[in-house]
Amino acid sequence: MKELVVISGKGGTGKTSLIAAFASLAKSKVLCDADVDAADLHLIMHPRIFMCADFKSGHTADIDKNRCTECGLCLDLCRFSAISDDFKVNRIDCEGCGVCLYFCPEKAIDFPENTCGEWFNSDTRFGPMVHARLGIAEENSGKLVTLVRQESKRLADEKNLDLILTDGPPGVGCPVIASIGGAKLANHFKVPAMVCVNKFDLNPDLTRDIENFAADEGLCCLGRIPFDPIFTKAMVQGQTIFEYNSASSAGEAVHKIWNTLSDILNLQIP
Amino acid sequence: MIISIASGKGGTGKTTIATNLARSIGSNVQLLDCDVEEPNAHLFINPSFEETETVFVSVPEVDEEKCTFCGKCGEICQFKAIAVVNENVLVFEELCHSCGGCWEVCPEGAITQSDRELGVIQKGHSNGIEFIHGKLRVGEAMSPPLIKKVRSYENPEKLTIIDAPPGTSCPVIASMKNADFVILVTEPTPFGLYDLKLAVAAAQMMAIPLGLVINRSDLGDDNVRQYAHQMGLAILMEIPFDRKIAEAYSQGEMLVDVMPEWRDSFQGLHYKVEKLIKQPGAI
Repeated sequence: MKELVVISGKGGTGKTSLIAAFASLAKSKVLCDADVDAADLHLIMHPRIFMCADFKSGHTADIDKNRCTECGLCLDLCRFSAISDDFKVNRIDCEGCGVCLYFCPEKAIDFPENTCGEWFNSDTRFGPMVHARLGIAEENSGKLVTLVRQESKRLADEKNLDLILTDGPPGVGCPVIASIGGAKLANHFKVPAMVCVNKFDLNPDLTRDIENFAADEGLCCLGRIPFDPIFTKAMVQGQTIFEYNSASSAGEAVHKIWNTLSDILNLQIP
Repeated sequence: MIISIASGKGGTGKTTIATNLARSIGSNVQLLDCDVEEPNAHLFINPSFEETETVFVSVPEVDEEKCTFCGKCGEICQFKAIAVVNENVLVFEELCHSCGGCWEVCPEGAITQSDRELGVIQKGHSNGIEFIHGKLRVGEAMSPPLIKKVRSYENPEKLTIIDAPPGTSCPVIASMKNADFVILVTEPTPFGLYDLKLAVAAAQMMAIPLGLVINRSDLGDDNVRQYAHQMGLAILMEIPFDRKIAEAYSQGEMLVDVMPEWRDSFQGLHYKVEKLIKQPGAI
């Protein structure tokens, strides 16, 4: 089984549109939306959800006024300034470290587990999809990403599908590390990386610089995609670019990239 | 006054708005790039960096001479960053949230705080703008402590513009907290709208007044405008798609430099934000 993760570093470069286009082209696969913080793949896939589960992770301190003697020890110990002078815990600032309740002489602090979001098993016109929704301002998105990817692997095993197409989050921090995968980051974690330049014609010089950088780093350049409003038009219709129009210049470029990619992925099958 | 520029969806134009707004105001302004995972604003502002500061977080260091392997440190740690296995104490620094639990709880005083490098902060100036950004070390998971450090340089005497990271989770919250106003940059597409709703919920949860900027406003559909209307959210500015703007951006050039007619619009954006802070619902 192979997993292809699309990441970017910078946001809005076209990760989701590319994954959606690949979904049109790949034969047997599981779709995995690992951008749990601002998940968008479902807006093209229109999944029919058949399983929904809470994602629980981490804890938040809660001071019981009745037991609290306002001794102030928790205020001194909290390194996240999450406890106010009138002994209320700010849920957003609380890191869930539990130090306050461990030391509270009155045992006046509760520590309930957080429900941070939901995750889903779904069907789409392109096959099964695993996705999630992290609650606003919630932490532990890395753990939810890990969960979504594990579930995708389980599904792929169960249904005997040989590819997982994973839509990664932007950035290079915790959720992206969890989806493993810009170029330096993938190298850092020793995952083979390939590069594709979107909207390349907006700056052909810089495109060459990017490709040279990739070559210097030993990364394979998959190809270039021209700027094409078809991505926006297809998105507005909730379609992949191939469903929207089977003969666009961007579509042709993506098709070529996919062919190269499937060759490479097949070659690596032992 | 602190104005935070955020978006939910990535690539909607936060950095374009933040940098052009700072440039159009021109004096008594500081620009803080809090997208420490992918700081890009400097590519447009071109500051001369005068100062670089390494930022550290506290992690435990165990003196095995003093340690009795009682296991209390592993017990208090919620993040599985420290564990006692037989006669060994294992510390996983990258999992540590620097809560201090282990060194507070250690009965032998065997755990002290040591420094772990999180990233760097660079400070500089460009054309009257004070510029500060943070750069997270590659492979480092936790950006909020670095964002907080960048924000510790906020100067209340100046207008502070914050370029926030995309999304709605902890790094974004750290970049919006205590702001006087949040400008949410969006695009009129299904992805733009869906992520905008999340970002609006985040700003409203923190009770920060907000307004919208719609970028590439003539591509896509009308649903973002309808949503703004339903929710009573002010649309402060619209920037139509223009290949010239996209090309200038990709060359690292600023909109207000390439097309000076935009300078008035950005000054107008600043004016509207000030007005909305003083008088909610004024626009």
